Amino acid sequence: MSDLVLPSRFARWFAARGWQARPHQLEMIEAAGKGEDALLIAPTGGGKTLGGFLPSLIDLADVAGGGPKRPHRLHTLYISPLKALSVDVARNLMTPVAEMALDILIETRTGDTPVSKRQRQRDRPPDILLTTPEQLALFCASPNARAFFGDLERIIIDEIHALAPQKRGDLLSLGLATLAQWAPGASRAGLSATVSDEGGLARWLTPQGETPAFARIVRGSEGPKPQIDILSSTERIPWSGHSARHAMGEVYAAIKQARLTLVFVNTRAQAEATFQALWRLNEDGLAIALHHGSLAVEQRRKVEAAMASGQLKAVVCTSTLDLGIDWGDVDLVIQMGAPKGSARLIQRLGRSNHRLDEPSRALLAPANRFEHLECEAARAAVAEGVLDGEPLRAGALDVLAQHITGRACGEAVSSDDLFAEVTQAAPYAGLARSEFDRVLEFCSTGGYALDNYERFRRLIRNQDGLWQARNARVAQRHRMNVGTIIEAEMLRVVLSSPVNGGGGPRSGGGGTPPSSLPRLREDKPRTPPASGGRKTMRRWGRSLGEVEEWFLEQLVPGDTFVFAGQILEFQGISENAALVTRSSDSEPKVPSYNGGKFPLSTYLAKRVREIAHDPAQWSVLPDQVRDWLTLQQEKSRLPQPDDLLVETFPRGGKHYLVCYPFEGRLAHQSLGMLLTRRLERLRMRPAGFVANEYALAVWGLRDLAGVDMDALFSEDMLGDDLDAWLAESPLMKRTFRQCAVISGLIERRFPGHEKTSRQVTFSADLIYDVLREHDPEHILLQAAWRDAATGLLDIRRLGEALKRVKGNIHSINLPRVSPLAVPVLLEIGREPIYGEAQESLLADAADDLVKDAMANG
Amino acid sequence: MAEAAKKIEEPVCRVNGVTVVPHLSGALYVPEFSALLVADLHLEKGSAFAAGGQLLPPYDTRKTIARLSEAITACGAQTVIALGDSFHDRDADHRIHDEDAETLAGLVRSVADWIWIEGNHDPEPPARFGGRTVPELALGGLMLRHEPSAEDAPGEICGHLHPAAKVAGRGRRLRCFATDGTRMILPAFGAYAGGLSVRDAAILSVFGRCPDAWVLGRDAVYPIPAKRISG
Repeated sequence: MSDLVLPSRFARWFAARGWQARPHQLEMIEAAGKGEDALLIAPTGGGKTLGGFLPSLIDLADVAGGGPKRPHRLHTLYISPLKALSVDVARNLMTPVAEMALDILIETRTGDTPVSKRQRQRDRPPDILLTTPEQLALFCASPNARAFFGDLERIIIDEIHALAPQKRGDLLSLGLATLAQWAPGASRAGLSATVSDEGGLARWLTPQGETPAFARIVRGSEGPKPQIDILSSTERIPWSGHSARHAMGEVYAAIKQARLTLVFVNTRAQAEATFQALWRLNEDGLAIALHHGSLAVEQRRKVEAAMASGQLKAVVCTSTLDLGIDWGDVDLVIQMGAPKGSARLIQRLGRSNHRLDEPSRALLAPANRFEHLECEAARAAVAEGVLDGEPLRAGALDVLAQHITGRACGEAVSSDDLFAEVTQAAPYAGLARSEFDRVLEFCSTGGYALDNYERFRRLIRNQDGLWQARNARVAQRHRMNVGTIIEAEMLRVVLSSPVNGGGGPRSGGGGTPPSSLPRLREDKPRTPPASGGRKTMRRWGRSLGEVEEWFLEQLVPGDTFVFAGQILEFQGISENAALVTRSSDSEPKVPSYNGGKFPLSTYLAKRVREIAHDPAQWSVLPDQVRDWLTLQQEKSRLPQPDDLLVETFPRGGKHYLVCYPFEGRLAHQSLGMLLTRRLERLRMRPAGFVANEYALAVWGLRDLAGVDMDALFSEDMLGDDLDAWLAESPLMKRTFRQCAVISGLIERRFPGHEKTSRQVTFSADLIYDVLREHDPEHILLQAAWRDAATGLLDIRRLGEALKRVKGNIHSINLPRVSPLAVPVLLEIGREPIYGEAQESLLADAADDLVKDAMANG
Repeated sequence: MAEAAKKIEEPVCRVNGVTVVPHLSGALYVPEFSALLVADLHLEKGSAFAAGGQLLPPYDTRKTIARLSEAITACGAQTVIALGDSFHDRDADHRIHDEDAETLAGLVRSVADWIWIEGNHDPEPPARFGGRTVPELALGGLMLRHEPSAEDAPGEICGHLHPAAKVAGRGRRLRCFATDGTRMILPAFGAYAGGLSVRDAAILSVFGRCPDAWVLGRDAVYPIPAKRISG
């Protein structure tokens, strides 16, 4: 620990507030003084942000004596995953700066910053600039950035655990490697409250050389243990579903008693459903608001402001409020449904009681019987301080492509220097030169085996042998497409009314939630040029937010659904908007859309397996859940920690196979794809499958009891079967599409107009098919394959599971469905089904046609 | 699992009384004239994008030609009629790879008659690949052209609109033949050509309603009535 003394001005400031500098804050100052990179791990409320900035403030206080005419130079770059977080931190920093009367210029720069301000920032930089990874990537792709960063002393990366495991983290790591060339003296600080892989993150933070290098780890003292309760409802606990609707009365009661509650849910659909359900109970007229990423920005800003000013009683929210922005004096966090990971739970817990000396309080509301086990597992993990979290992985090649192109768009660069630079970034430390060269060639000509694009090169070598963009247009277009966040295709949801009056918006009755809090005024209506498909002209009202296009495509006019806290009637799609009206239905016809599901973390899955197999641990569970497990024990068998239980049984004229790997929905879906392929080959005629977090059900027309389960579940399914299946997998196509967009093969934005995302989706699928057939070794296919293995398909996790249960497959033939199988079977019809489903769907529809004959037959 | 996705007993498709056979490749075979109709090949679309700065894989032309060649063989067609937009743009001829150019010329020579109908992307298809060029063509009771006409046109078969349909439920949108029994729009045949919902205003206005669709599945072409089409 450090015995460093704070400069007197700072010591006085701490004293005036009745504070003392915390040891970890002093250690951060010491590390910065030595030019060391440091990873600060401290709980929320532990003075983490100040710990990151104190070294900069002390430095700048020394130079700031030069008076108002002092030329400002960029001293500190702060990077966070959220624009809103940068804005919030800037505001918080102003307090010590103002109170110590420091002459320090602090500014933010995000996607929303106007061009004039950006230009001014480049000419006259602030001392401290707060920004996002995408903005750093933009700098790297711009001329003269080297000079801009020339005086940089310090880089602070906030919520580093959230960035590092993602492609955004890959992009940031490459940007940091570039900064290390431009400002070799700048030291780095990483800030986080929830780090699962400390060593990995300490390495991620610091430049790599011949041998692995690690940042110093600085630890804040831990606060009191959080108080976590699990809501054990007196109502009937459902078998499946994720809404926790049965417990809503108890949730409402808890909100009523608390000062300000954050009600976290895992998906936007759940947010909508929970918001509706709470308002149905809201006899007291509590100010309950809604906040999620699809809502219009103004609406979110208003909710945040209302929270900060103490006008709200509760906010139903998704992960948009996970990260360290503190809008109000939250004293209770309610998690609807299982938290899916202990790190996520701790992160959300940190939103309540932002004072280190008081425990934060949380109430978990399991949505179904199985989630009771998950919640118990999560509570135990938090009590033991065990964190899971996304594992760090090797850097993605599509991101590397984006960075290489970006660097060549900024300044001419030699391939040798660039290779040395990118391999300093920890995710790319193991990158082979040959692979780097292939990616560089991809950036330049597309890197195709059919060498046809020499004359269309995007990157060229100048007379000095340095790589640069072919022309200003290439560079401009690259800069418009920087970033790694590929949103699902979204359509705006716009309130509308028929042009000639008739059935205007219904006014809200008692117990009806307001559309937002506070209510927004209606924008001036305007009439769109055309209304697609339907001849009635509709007047456009205000935009409520955005919804995934695929969800809207399932709807036919007249369908009702919940969005932005209201029940809406779908009228049709026009241009890039879905036109809706307010509905008087009390229940929406289309219940939900299932975006943004988190998979159960491997760590929690393991704990759940342990609880499930051991009746001694069931005492904490409600009777209904205990009875369910006991019944399973009697009728079938309990899954053991290291085996795989496989049940077969007939039901409703079909034969089912249900297995319980506990590896999360994604891995189970992949397993389902592979099993059905094998069963087809065995002529077992599988007809479909459905997965949930802990089980997979496959059904077909033949009894599956006689199948050799060891052979069926053998690891070798991850070889040829996987390759063959991937060829057609829509998940693989989606992964490829992301790679194509991130790598710059497909540009989303052009000067002047934006390509609609539907066009991108469609052509990316076609490109995938063509590339796979004619250039199967292409670097982008390899990139997509690697992504799929760790991402949407979770092949890595599936592989580990299959290895674990090898030789321990316990199959049991039952006369009827087992208690444990009920929840996954209830998912049928609710979850998308896979495999042959598309073909069967067509055949069924065509059958229907044969019955009532085509009009023109 | 072929049983699950059982094929329809060769349903008959007629346009204005003429029997036609929607082929799984996206081509339409007219047995009476031993003619194979294809629309919107969009050859060299990939390289057109490359010239514009997006380096799409340069294999679309060879894939499209190969599929067309297979369809000709499978149907035993003597005549091939390309319903316009066969080439993505006027410069396609200058960008096409030599190998692909030879394959295409060979394919044109391999049939008795090859007719290019003019499209909006290729008002003057290049002459060097052979075949003859016409603005439109009458074939028995059928009228073949690139763009659908605005007024009633019984027997018209065209391309241009790239129809695609999705069966109500959770499926994906797939390319299809769109028809009301008196006229028909062919799906785009080109490897990089996209699709437009048959419920889009542009297609609705051709038929005055949502047309029925012969949807290109993985294993077969499925006739789907309009009421089962969601988008």
